[in-house]
Amino acid sequence: MTLSRQDVAKVGMLAKLALSDAELDTMTSELSKIVGFVSLLDELDTTSVEPLAHPLDTQNVFRDDVPAPSLSTAEALQSAPRHDGQYFLVPAVLGESGAA
Amino acid sequence: MNAANAPTAAPYTTIVGLEVHLQLQTRTKLFCGCSTAFGAPPNTQVCPVCLGLPGSLPVMNRAAFELAMKAALALDCTIASFTKWDRKNYFYPDLPKGYQISQFDLPFSSSGSLEVVDPKGTFAPRTVRIVRVHLEEDAGKSMHDDTAGRADSRIDLNRAGTPLCEIVTEPDLRSPQEARAWLNELKLLLEYLGVSDCNMQEGSLRVDANVNLHIPEASGRIAKTPIVEIKNMNSFRSVERALIYEVARQWEEWQQTRAELGTMPKQTRGWDDPAGVTRAQRHKEESSDYRYFPEPDLVPVTVSPQQLAAVRASMESPPKQLRQSLQSQWNISAYDADVLVNQGRDLVAYFETLAAQVGGGKVASNWMQQDVLRMLKERGGAIADFPVQPAGLADLIARVTAGTFDTSRAREIFAEMVANGRSAADVVGAMEIAAVGEDELRDLCRELLARNPKIVADVQGGKEQAVAGLIGQARKQNANVNPGEFRTMCLEMIRTMGR
Ligand SMILES: [Zn+2]
Repeated sequence: MTLSRQDVAKVGMLAKLALSDAELDTMTSELSKIVGFVSLLDELDTTSVEPLAHPLDTQNVFRDDVPAPSLSTAEALQSAPRHDGQYFLVPAVLGESGAA
Repeated sequence: MNAANAPTAAPYTTIVGLEVHLQLQTRTKLFCGCSTAFGAPPNTQVCPVCLGLPGSLPVMNRAAFELAMKAALALDCTIASFTKWDRKNYFYPDLPKGYQISQFDLPFSSSGSLEVVDPKGTFAPRTVRIVRVHLEEDAGKSMHDDTAGRADSRIDLNRAGTPLCEIVTEPDLRSPQEARAWLNELKLLLEYLGVSDCNMQEGSLRVDANVNLHIPEASGRIAKTPIVEIKNMNSFRSVERALIYEVARQWEEWQQTRAELGTMPKQTRGWDDPAGVTRAQRHKEESSDYRYFPEPDLVPVTVSPQQLAAVRASMESPPKQLRQSLQSQWNISAYDADVLVNQGRDLVAYFETLAAQVGGGKVASNWMQQDVLRMLKERGGAIADFPVQPAGLADLIARVTAGTFDTSRAREIFAEMVANGRSAADVVGAMEIAAVGEDELRDLCRELLARNPKIVADVQGGKEQAVAGLIGQARKQNANVNPGEFRTMCLEMIRTMGR
């Protein structure tokens, strides 16, 4: 299986990466190799294999609904490129949140 | 409903489906121990997990999963015996990890329904199928203040990671009114179950609506307009208004363009409440490519039939069942039961205590509908804080039943009890309210008849209603006069005089 330049451009766009033409060439070739390597798995007959939702054989890990201390606002903001002491500051975003 | 039996014979059928996001009433977030309390100063309820800091790991909140199961069970959904979570990838500043932990192909529940019945009968009972209910995390909040000329957006991540149920319906609603009524029923159900406070102002409940029109053509073919998703509606009234607007807009557009479903990508429109219009929102490029994959940091969850039974057993009776039991137990009308149940569980408890104490559902229901609810509405606040509790009102009603005074006098006393938090005995004592003795009443009658020969003549001439003029005068002289008794006595006396 090979990836097209268009596939890579789309993946780059979704990852918010601005790839130059040269980078797009390199990425297309390198990603194709990786995908080709992984696609070896397609040769296996998996019809009788149950889909795996998680590699660990563990289920039902819960915690109780008990509050734990949060960080101080100063601690929470300290690694942010920009903040005003209360909020994280980011370049203007307009329109609705993408949350759905 | 088709065009033939629609209340207004519109040349189309309105098709509405809803997507509801509901914050669950947990103390802490879905994957960390940060508080979910609303209104805290920005970025004070955040930790490495909900900030998406490297190396942090989510652990599922058991209470959130159980509340979500309650919601799904109340909606008659099937609970999956095996469920897992997935990453929904997109970039937005209020989503610190760059993905939302949600559910994709194996949601914990699916295939339910919820019926809405309008006791006034403005629409036929409507059953709305639920496609699925799943459990995911909320995003933070981003604020942008154009008017202040700010170049930046401010991000508050207190809300990030709050447990959220997403409820998706089939497009089974047929009018904006039905959509609003159905949302009211959903809200009531979830409040009764203690799943969510459903506070739209605080964003605990958010609704998006999908709407289009089915238009029968002369050939018998049904033309369908493109589906529009409406966002930004901050009350059920806004949902209704936005849908009314959007239906009219689509009908107009259809007549101009004849554009059909499938000829263009799904459009998203935002509701502008002050302007009363929906506006096209900028299309997010490739936004639907979320590249879901299984969340490796959370293990799957299994639910056994025993667990399911335990959750079911812990659930309070839903509004629908309560309406029926109020009707049968207290012999009140479907309409009255609906009014009471729609006010919430505390008010139903008030009513049931009152009905038990006065020994009758009808008299209790009448007082609830005509007096308690009206005053509660005027005063605002919850029934728990209402100054007259069931025992106090039952005492008042008992005095009416005993004939100490009539209902209209009782209303005045009740108003005083509510206004100043006094007992019936206290008000009655202070107002010197006491039943007027028969002799006293007879004297008053005699006196007023002598002073009003015209009324006496009218009554003798067959105009019995003229006696009402005497009742007014009698009550002016003695407010304790029972109008019914007085009326009977006057008529009796006039009859005797005529002989
Ligand atoms: Zn946290």
